[in-house]
Amino acid sequence: MATDRSQRIRREWLAKLVWPVAALALLLAFNLLFTPGFFHLEVREGHLYGQLITILNHGAKVMLLALGMTLVIATGGVDLSVGAVMAIAGAVAAQLINAPGVPFPAVILAALAAAVVAGAWNGMLVGGFRIQPIVATLILMVAGRGIAQLITDGQIITFTDARLVYVGNGHLLGLPFPVTIVLAMLAVTALLARKTAVGLFVEAVGDNETASRYAGVSARTVKFMTYVFSGLCAGMAGLVAASNIKCADSNHAGLFLELDAILAVVVGGTALTGGRFYLVGSLVGALLIQALTTTMYARNVSADVAPVPKAIVIVAVCLLQSETFRRKIAGLVRRRPA
Amino acid sequence: MTLRLPPKYVPLAATAAVLVVLYAAGCIAYDNFGSLRVLVSLVGDNAFLGVAALGATFVILSGGIDLSVGAVVAFTSILIATLVGRCGVHPLAAMALALALGAVFGAGMGALIHCFGLPPFLVTLAGMFFARGMGFVIHEQSLGIKHAFYVERINQDLAIPLTGHIHLPFTALCFFAALVLAIGIAHYTRFGRNVYALGGDEQSATLMGLPIGRTKVLVYALAGFCSALAGVVYTFYMQSGNPAGCVGLELDAIASVVIGGTLLAGGVGFVAGTAMGVLILGLIQTLITFQGNLNTWWTKIAVGLLVLAFILLQNFISAASRRSVAAR
Repeated sequence: MATDRSQRIRREWLAKLVWPVAALALLLAFNLLFTPGFFHLEVREGHLYGQLITILNHGAKVMLLALGMTLVIATGGVDLSVGAVMAIAGAVAAQLINAPGVPFPAVILAALAAAVVAGAWNGMLVGGFRIQPIVATLILMVAGRGIAQLITDGQIITFTDARLVYVGNGHLLGLPFPVTIVLAMLAVTALLARKTAVGLFVEAVGDNETASRYAGVSARTVKFMTYVFSGLCAGMAGLVAASNIKCADSNHAGLFLELDAILAVVVGGTALTGGRFYLVGSLVGALLIQALTTTMYARNVSADVAPVPKAIVIVAVCLLQSETFRRKIAGLVRRRPA
Repeated sequence: MTLRLPPKYVPLAATAAVLVVLYAAGCIAYDNFGSLRVLVSLVGDNAFLGVAALGATFVILSGGIDLSVGAVVAFTSILIATLVGRCGVHPLAAMALALALGAVFGAGMGALIHCFGLPPFLVTLAGMFFARGMGFVIHEQSLGIKHAFYVERINQDLAIPLTGHIHLPFTALCFFAALVLAIGIAHYTRFGRNVYALGGDEQSATLMGLPIGRTKVLVYALAGFCSALAGVVYTFYMQSGNPAGCVGLELDAIASVVIGGTLLAGGVGFVAGTAMGVLILGLIQTLITFQGNLNTWWTKIAVGLLVLAFILLQNFISAASRRSVAAR
């Protein structure tokens, strides 16, 4: 009985993963055929380089955001503020790294702490005051960039500290360091979500808040914690983003990345209505979005036009996942032979 | 005896109060703040935001959300500029085409939302990407409009002289006209009532036999039309089209709607409130400009705080009314 159930869950998990993986495979196959040099990998100074590595490296920010966003969306919420929180974390890090006498770990901790506080603010509004998540996080999305600019006094703060630059540009074991961060965070999140009861609590709250309350799960606490976690992930992404370009740009850091992150989660099979969530699916979704962008650049499509195919892919994947759409298509196919 | 306002008017009254207090504070703190010139430019500068926010009001009243606003405005502006400047199309024909495209685009999003049960959030997000990219496909940079119709008719003939030097710009007239129409549609048509019913409780509305599907598609078509109209007003205002313009305008529009007292869950709110919300956003900007020392990011923080205040007010009111129902 128990094995039966776990088998069913496993099958569902794989079924959800099929579409994003298929889309990613299709895209890569397209590149294999039509984009010369896309699969070219080379080792320079012990580090891997190539378009595939670029996808992983540039996708790291959205992957980090998607991890936190997955849990938030699983509770039936959404976090629109992650882009602004990235800007805040980057601003704090850049200001402190340039201040004399602040040790490096303190810089990182302070930046992440600022992001966690931002997440806690969202969590308080959603969990505590029961404000709808779109609205509650919209507040920080609007005000957050203002706060980041307040921290940097409206300037773009550049830095040269080698350790902070390493966060976004360094390599560990041949892989870009941001990829290492993503893998570590995935491991931590998956352990927490799947080997402890935390994942079950999150899914319970997202599936049916009232029922989970009767079962003794505090929806408030669970929701609060998911937003804090999302803030933490956004903080890390913000550090990577600032480190990538060696400066904190409050106006543009993480701009629209919240949208990419939400798309990654939805493409990965987690429903916006909450409930069951798929961490690996979200990461595949993030990779799909990044692969699409990188493909476009490799094929000399202007960065400005790139959103058009992105929009089409998003709608296509969502339609494929929509029960209604499948039923209608199935109905059409069945009717035709008769 | 205390004057008791029905709960549904409380947020609207609060919006009006904020508007009056902000304006009065400006007049007291700064010379010339109360001048006609400031008032005229307040309305004229925010007219395109206002028109877009009117469309967003309907979507939010219906319980949905439209994130494609800014992108559609930018797309419309560059479409008109290119058609007029490069293809020699008369501005009126270009505008008609752009408005029709906006409505069709919105209806398409509405159809996806209704027919396949996709979340509005996601569909309009994809719509935003699509419209933004298509704008760049049409023309990659901003393009000025030098057609005589724009230079003379819109700016000189159609502006209404108020005093010797000050003219009420045509953009402001467009905003007022759209506002009157929107109030009419929201409160005096069957479609308007259906929108409120749909936003209040979709299930009940369905059980009452209201045309849910048609209303939903029409709401997004109306919003698309309003965004395109805002794009037209934007070209009047800027005398150019810009595919990179109006990034984040949808957030300003949503913020105006919320500050205007409309419940984001749908079903409760007033179109007139949105107009006041737009003016409040404009006033905050004007105040910060007048102050001089404060940087523009304070606008963002102030708007964020105002949105929070109105959401908390809404929560308080709905909690209080639930309690009074329970007490009965």
